Amino acid sequence: MAETPFTPENLLTKAEELRGGLSTGFRDEIVKSLYSEAEKVANRAVKTRDDKRYDLDQRIDKVVTSPIYGLPIMFLVLAVIIWITVIGANVISAWIAVPLFWIGEQGKMIFETIGMPWWLTGFIWDGVYLGLAWVVSVMLPPMMIFFPCFTIMEDLGYLPRVAFNLDWLYRKSGAHGKQSLTMAMGFGCNAAGVISTRIIDSPRERLIAILTNNFVPCNGRFPTLIMLATVFVAASFPASLTSIIAAGTVVFIVMIGVAVTFVVSWLLSRTMLKGEASAFTLELPPYRHPNVKRIIYTSIIDRTLFVLWRAIQTAAPAGAAIWLLANITYNGTSLAWIIANFLNPIGLLFGLDGVILLSYIIAIPANEIVVPTMMMMYMGAAAMTDIPDSASMYTLLVGTYGWTLLTAINLMLFSLLHNPCATTIMTIYKETNSKKWATLSVVITLGIAFLVTFTTATIARALGLV
Amino acid sequence: MPTSNKVQLPTEHCETCPAFTQLEQMGLKVDNFDRVIALAGNPNTGKSTLFNALTGLKQHTGNWPGKTVTRAEGGYQFNNIRYKLVDLPGTYSLLSASQDEEVARDFILFGQPDCTIVVTDATALERNLNLVMQVMEITDKVVVAVNLMDEAERKGMEVDTRALSRDLGVPAIPVTARTGEGMSNLLSTVAGVIDETISTKPLRINGTPEFQNAIDQLVPMIEQMVPGIPNARWVAIRLLDGDSKVQSSLLNGELPELMARQRRADTQFSRKMAVEGRQ
Repeated sequence: MAETPFTPENLLTKAEELRGGLSTGFRDEIVKSLYSEAEKVANRAVKTRDDKRYDLDQRIDKVVTSPIYGLPIMFLVLAVIIWITVIGANVISAWIAVPLFWIGEQGKMIFETIGMPWWLTGFIWDGVYLGLAWVVSVMLPPMMIFFPCFTIMEDLGYLPRVAFNLDWLYRKSGAHGKQSLTMAMGFGCNAAGVISTRIIDSPRERLIAILTNNFVPCNGRFPTLIMLATVFVAASFPASLTSIIAAGTVVFIVMIGVAVTFVVSWLLSRTMLKGEASAFTLELPPYRHPNVKRIIYTSIIDRTLFVLWRAIQTAAPAGAAIWLLANITYNGTSLAWIIANFLNPIGLLFGLDGVILLSYIIAIPANEIVVPTMMMMYMGAAAMTDIPDSASMYTLLVGTYGWTLLTAINLMLFSLLHNPCATTIMTIYKETNSKKWATLSVVITLGIAFLVTFTTATIARALGLV
Repeated sequence: MPTSNKVQLPTEHCETCPAFTQLEQMGLKVDNFDRVIALAGNPNTGKSTLFNALTGLKQHTGNWPGKTVTRAEGGYQFNNIRYKLVDLPGTYSLLSASQDEEVARDFILFGQPDCTIVVTDATALERNLNLVMQVMEITDKVVVAVNLMDEAERKGMEVDTRALSRDLGVPAIPVTARTGEGMSNLLSTVAGVIDETISTKPLRINGTPEFQNAIDQLVPMIEQMVPGIPNARWVAIRLLDGDSKVQSSLLNGELPELMARQRRADTQFSRKMAVEGRQ
């Protein structure tokens, strides 16, 4: 037989032919006997005594995955984590912002004393450095608190329980239950969330998970939400309630994001990505003692510094760009304000303003720099170089630039819903290998962001709230 | 130091390891390796923890199934032999076609690792053995690392790894990757399986005589068509099963190409992943 020259075709024909001689479902039989063999081997090797600890795991699971308490506990856990983040971030930001902005002042003074040209001093200290200082002081404090908390939950084994609790909701919206795991990863970074959708087998459900991942605010957007919630929403409540109101607001925004995820998943699975949700087995791992060293490493080095570094890389050029835009003038008006004024009517339509829209355009490479960009524009125009604290921010934005509660809320909504950052878009393109889905991820998110903010702005105006 | 990532090599004598065992974590230095080891296993069995312990890298670990979705590579040196360790995504089987299962399967099949360590969860051995048996269908060079021995103990389970080794026909080594216990034993066993001082005879399901006969006819054909193919038997089974992916890769001559590609593959990408520890 070996002397016949083989072609792939006649190999396949031969296989075809041989298959005919086998009983149908022979493979199933083999798999079945493989499984029963595994069972036999395992039974011979393992002896079990009765144990109490296992019961404890099960008893905890009965509560945290119960149909009644499961979801409330989940949101409570989230609320507590965010509340700790709000409180802790305030403390840390004080001792990070003060020295950072002080260094900026000193640097500028030294440059002026040694007679550097004004444009060089401005470019370096009011542009690049200020951009960096803003990003570090806005981003770092919440991340330093949020990430360790998140990593503890991850290490403990709580994440799969979240997936378990949300499974029925995902199934109802025609998506895969594991999408909640990829959503949870999105809290860290949407690009990472998109890659993690590989755990979803069905291509249809995987696409849904990819397209909706952005509705979870990543850590680049979290500080924006926390800052706005603290400075604006919580500001109208008594001081003793500030942190709780701020945390509550952020949780509420996250819940809106989750709700939008379900709605969009539902719509997609009934239009472009038609199909039934597939069943899957989710393993609930045992609760494990979080490993302290690993938590510190993962949350500080892997997550915080990684994200901060990325923010810094985009903040420096963005700071430079803003300084240039603010200092190149045309007919006595800076380019930045020419663009902002041009965008202003559009911004107002959505309850935002021109500066905010411009900031979002500059921040396409990384969402982290939205607030820094915005603040540099506002403060530069007001010739303010103060250390940013909540009170002076509030005065500046409300007093000088006519912000209202609507502006703050719509900015939060826009931040939650708008297009993914450039890295995430690239990741979506790589993972789906399709320009269509990458483009669609931008169109869907931007469309919803504008639709929602337009609606809230119109309603608020119609009711005379603004 | 139970929480340390470093592997604690036992100082007392043990019968299974040579007198001077020596582990050097080489991190990302995987350019000049002598051997390739694949790390397979079910999700959430501690593969990444084992990977980190051996290579000194900080691949992100987390207590939920499906953490690792790409391949990560790292190196270690043991008794003066340099190993490249490839951390595969955790999968329950190698049969269906989700992307992570495909990554794992293709590497074991075509990447031709010198040895495959299947990391198993001592507390859920039965389900884990399903994958072990599927890996053993593909390759003889298998070492089973029975991980989470501490957790099994806590749950009141006793795992007899000797019986397990005997039944499976490949070495089963108890380890606790988190603390590094059993690690040098695992490494010397892997070395032994590679240089064939430890012989393996994997437990395989033979199926009906007709099935066996069909395999025997197909294997020589496949071997002649794709010279050097390491797993003709497995390809034959897939062909009998009508696996369209294997069929088309044969027809368009992709199979040899697939073998070559697995050697280089997405190292660049996975290396970046390993450095940043992000998935």
